[in-house]
Amino acid sequence: MYKSLEEIIIAEREQNLPFWKCVMKEDCVELDITEEESFKKMKHMYHVMKEADEAYEDNLMSRSGLAGTDGKKIHDARMAGKLVCGDFIGRVMERAVKMGESNACMKRIVAAPTAGSCGVIPAVFISVQEEKGYTDDQMTEAMFVAAGIGGVIAHRAFLAGAAGGCQAEIGSASSMAAGAVAYLNGADAKGIAHAAAIAMKNLLGLACDPVAGLVEVPCVKRNVIGAVNAMTACDMVLAGVISKIPPDEVFDAMRAIGRNMPENIRETGTGGLAATPTGVEMRERITLL
Amino acid sequence: MNLFDIIGPVMVGPSSSHTAGAVRIGNVARKLLTEEVKEATIFFHGSFWSTGKGHGTDRALLAGLMGMQVDDARIPYSFDVASQRGLIYEFRQIDLGDAHPNSVKLLLTGVSGKKQEIVACSVGGGRIEIREIDGLSVRFGGDYPTLIIRNQDIPGQVQQVTTFLAEENINIGTMQLYRSARGAEAVMVIECDKEIPLDIISALEGFKGIEKATYLSLIGN
Repeated sequence: MYKSLEEIIIAEREQNLPFWKCVMKEDCVELDITEEESFKKMKHMYHVMKEADEAYEDNLMSRSGLAGTDGKKIHDARMAGKLVCGDFIGRVMERAVKMGESNACMKRIVAAPTAGSCGVIPAVFISVQEEKGYTDDQMTEAMFVAAGIGGVIAHRAFLAGAAGGCQAEIGSASSMAAGAVAYLNGADAKGIAHAAAIAMKNLLGLACDPVAGLVEVPCVKRNVIGAVNAMTACDMVLAGVISKIPPDEVFDAMRAIGRNMPENIRETGTGGLAATPTGVEMRERITLL
Repeated sequence: MNLFDIIGPVMVGPSSSHTAGAVRIGNVARKLLTEEVKEATIFFHGSFWSTGKGHGTDRALLAGLMGMQVDDARIPYSFDVASQRGLIYEFRQIDLGDAHPNSVKLLLTGVSGKKQEIVACSVGGGRIEIREIDGLSVRFGGDYPTLIIRNQDIPGQVQQVTTFLAEENINIGTMQLYRSARGAEAVMVIECDKEIPLDIISALEGFKGIEKATYLSLIGN
């Protein structure tokens, strides 16, 4: 897997191949599979995301009772034209919450990169495809872009909340989605890298502080900020804005911040929102279930 | 690490460590028993006990013991499936000392009466480690075909096994040795690049000094 986005930018130029193909080719060597097999596998991942999106059940609650039914509320408000953000962003929000709730309710999802952040990429991808009419092949190429960015983040920093806080999960998912949407809108490797960097910068320092240690509060709603932030980061790059800090250095900063994070905000469920009086009360109530 | 560790796995939520990892521990434990599980006593340690219910760790582990994979939509209903199959199970709390916070101890009995004791932990991202088999320390992830041999701690045991495997043209990826005390019981954990035929496993069990050969195959559920 590539160790920096800079390497992918160079590979794109020297091999005269798009970002996604550089990433795919390199992985085929590692897994000893053909490009056709790799493409098919990734396309399957996207199809499972779409199935999971459609499989949302609007009356389901998680076992703790903390997660469920918010996706329907957003859906209803969107249909009634009540949302300040409008219909398109409304759809992105709705999907992000629905996927997070499905995950909390033990339904089938694709970890991307983690289960807690599983709503970000599908919310962005499916809504953008619906809006712009991209083919599933184009979406699969974008999935490779997302995975390539995630691979660099995994190498330079981390993807687990226990290792680096929520910035490592929602921050990484957002960064991956931002670069992927930039690609769909014609950005080259440099543009992809800057969209990924801007998205990550905006979520640096985010704590992992789940109430009662469960992937529910605040994880479900954080998928919304990850998804929407990915699209605004992408739009900035499409407008010609760049990250003043080079992309790979942004990921290095994420690592440094994660390393400095106290353990109580690294998925232990003992700090931040989990340690508020209400968070503690919820934990005690759930333990009695 | 590859691209499908980043996008993937397809899994039943909510947690890769507490749900998917628990399914995988159940899977590997079942394969090590080498037969259907009839009775299971499941002892949860640390975070597996304190947040396990909310993460469905109990349902996931039981699902794994019945051969379900991490993306099986029946995982949330595994208690019902177990009842239908007549699998008797019980969950308890345990303090395994300074073990990994996501650890579990399993006491399994198979349909033929065969027994197996396993301690395993979920180390993140759905990856697991088997830490103890029948009271002896080991450490492997279940990602390769793995041969676990209990033998007497006497000279020549390692050579006897490795020579035999070499003659059968089986390449060893990694190998670890453990023992409970000098001259007492010892364990070899051998991870291989390809599957070992079952007749080779039973041939090994007939060797002098070898008490038990357990094999983790990656084929089938």
